[in-house]
Amino acid sequence: MPNEFKRHHLELNQVESFYGKIQALNGIELYIDKGEIVTLIGSNGAGKSTTLKSISGQVQPKKGTILFEGMDITKNAPHQTALLGIAQVPEGRRIFPRLTVRENLQIGAFSVKDKKVIAERMERVFSYFPRLKERLEQKGGTMSGGEQQMLAIGRALMMRPKLLMLDEPSMGLAPIIVEQIFDIIKEMNKEGMTILLVEQNAYQALQIADRGYVIQTGSIVLEGKGLELMTNQQVREAYLA
Amino acid sequence: MLQQIIQILPQVIIDGLTLGFVYAVVAIGYTMVYGILELINFAHGDVFMTGSFIGAAVLFFMMSVGFLSSLPSLIVFIIVMAITAIVTGLMGVGIERVAYRPLRKRNAPKLIALITSIGISFVLEDVVRFFAELKTGNYIITSPPLFNQKMTLDIHSVMPVFNKITFQSSFILVFIVTIIMLIALDIFVNRTKWGMAMRAVAQDRETASLMSINVNRVISITFFVGSALGGATGVLFMIQYGTIDPYIGFILGIKAFTAAVLGGIGNIRGAMLGGILLGLLEMFAAANLSTITHGAMGAEYKDVFAFIILILVLIFKPEGLFGKAVVEKV
Repeated sequence: MPNEFKRHHLELNQVESFYGKIQALNGIELYIDKGEIVTLIGSNGAGKSTTLKSISGQVQPKKGTILFEGMDITKNAPHQTALLGIAQVPEGRRIFPRLTVRENLQIGAFSVKDKKVIAERMERVFSYFPRLKERLEQKGGTMSGGEQQMLAIGRALMMRPKLLMLDEPSMGLAPIIVEQIFDIIKEMNKEGMTILLVEQNAYQALQIADRGYVIQTGSIVLEGKGLELMTNQQVREAYLA
Repeated sequence: MLQQIIQILPQVIIDGLTLGFVYAVVAIGYTMVYGILELINFAHGDVFMTGSFIGAAVLFFMMSVGFLSSLPSLIVFIIVMAITAIVTGLMGVGIERVAYRPLRKRNAPKLIALITSIGISFVLEDVVRFFAELKTGNYIITSPPLFNQKMTLDIHSVMPVFNKITFQSSFILVFIVTIIMLIALDIFVNRTKWGMAMRAVAQDRETASLMSINVNRVISITFFVGSALGGATGVLFMIQYGTIDPYIGFILGIKAFTAAVLGGIGNIRGAMLGGILLGLLEMFAAANLSTITHGAMGAEYKDVFAFIILILVLIFKPEGLFGKAVVEKV
């Protein structure tokens, strides 16, 4: 099995996705290895979210393949991909507004039957986000943007994912909150979580990422180590100015 | 005039609650499906109707094999309810699979699903009519008597302002069973895992699927529960009112839907309260319209009265009595 050595945790080969007749991805090529933080940066409408949605199954690619731990997940429905251990923190957080904080977290562990395991995972989430513990019975929709982002990440952690995908976690948040969220992302990664981070805030993202990809109109135009990309002339002009 | 109204008030409340509980359970079926799919499932009234006929068929069958006389009525009733609920529940799941899911897959506009549901409604009416006529030669069916002893509650001797109340023993059954169904459903939706999944799917289907929830399964469960409750209520209706025909689902469905809107569509507790309120209003109107208008309008105008109230409520509270004003998604 010579491939065994080369196999990546997640691998996208020539993925093409459409919204109706409009092509959003023109053959995306990227991979993530276990334990990495990889970031996907690019401007609005470049195809960042579509890439995530193609992985999670919310958008079905027309061409190309997506392999997760060697398994072909290209045609999976979202709940099947989630069961395999890929969690997505969607853009705009998408908290269930009329469920309580507790219920939002429980939903994250929907596939887990053992109540003890659910309680353990919840404690783990509280260790990252102590504030959630104080608000357990509050409705998700009544929380501030920062708290909702914490809840959205906490909800994804309840799945104990093998790969955590975050879609614009800094969107609409005060700089100090963004700082906190990124610290926690870094910490989760240190503890072994593989992370795919999609960001418009390229500076923040590249600072914590092992590697990065730059996406432009549905294609990967640049890839490299986080720090390399940060000093790249093109990237500086386009995204860090 | 006021004295007359007060005299019969206890009777009005009893009759209004009976009807109101029936509306409430059927209204739940509308509101649950709307909450999840934003679809007004017009076929639901006819699932209720089909339930009443399936119940009648089971009852007739049990009569023909002699169960009706040899078993206690309550056991017969429970068997009939259980069979009907399971059959109509599965029917609801089947309707969703065959008619609505393919439309959803193709992202058809909501209007198409609505028209489809009206089509299913006609299909159910005609299929039921066909079998009823095939078996009995008539599509209007009078159910075998069950719980039809007349009872009188003499509150007149305690409180002379009120008249006596009379009712059939089936009233007690309708009352207890619908309350059990309402409470059980409330517990299911608010306290169980699949109930929580149902609420999550209603609030944000896409995100729910990211949480490893099989959205199609949740939708099937919703249809099963709504249709099973609706079908079982059809049996209650048959026992309470005696005669059924394939068209009872239409008006009752419209009214149950109205009750759901009155309570705030998508809101399950709202549908319950809306149903009870509508039943009370309707019975109040039926009993008192002629007194109030000095004979100008009879009981047959009860629907007009009930719907005027509905329109008034919606003018001042368009989201329904217990609905939440629509909040923009952030």
